[in-house]
Amino acid sequence: MMDDRVGDAVAVTPARATPAEMQEAIGKVVGSATVNPGRVTLDLPPLIENGNAVPLTIDVASPMTGADHVKAIHVFTQKNPQPNVVSFHLGPRAGRARVATRVRLADSQTVVAICELSDGSFWSDSADIVVTLAACLEDGI
Amino acid sequence: MASALINVPPRVKRGEIIEIKTLISHTMETGFRRTQLGALIPRDIIRRFTCTYNGTEVFRAELHPAISANPFIVFSTIAVESGTLEFHWTGDNGFSVSQSTAILVE
Repeated sequence: MMDDRVGDAVAVTPARATPAEMQEAIGKVVGSATVNPGRVTLDLPPLIENGNAVPLTIDVASPMTGADHVKAIHVFTQKNPQPNVVSFHLGPRAGRARVATRVRLADSQTVVAICELSDGSFWSDSADIVVTLAACLEDGI
Repeated sequence: MASALINVPPRVKRGEIIEIKTLISHTMETGFRRTQLGALIPRDIIRRFTCTYNGTEVFRAELHPAISANPFIVFSTIAVESGTLEFHWTGDNGFSVSQSTAILVE
């Protein structure tokens, strides 16, 4: 009985992207291609105190030559208000497929990185993170 | 006026892979926050970042509200020739900032 109430309380929290919305956003990028696990390394701290600035690094194992390189890297989240986080577009001029930035995370969740190679294949990695102070919850101005 | 910080090694060897770090001051207002009176604060973010090396685009990023305030972006490129690296940020409400850095390839 108590468990049901807890479930209801969770259901009425502010608008959030759901795993289904994340899959839809991924589908817009990937199309009908299959996404293989591997080749991508998504580096996130396992626990972060402040969800407003979470360091995120993505490494892709790729020779980055004209014939075989990373075309794009996309990052998605499950529980932010929107599933899209960032899209990076690279080419053989990058030399190394490694990018880093800082992101906002609204909750403890799974973050997914998907990379598109020049041969049209997609590879992905995901990371779970615990956020103690969520982004988007600070007082309004 | 927004200010940008760019870290590029000034002298590099030809063919070397250099890491470029960029930071620009911007609130990246998400469009999901409300004022204390309940009014939604309109979105005001940087949507796009590009880097060109002597006129050729070498890196581009599309940003969404989930990027932290003061966007920090790290990427790399191959030092092919001396010249200029140009960085361009564009976003909501006509936000547009360009900055260039000279690079000397030996």
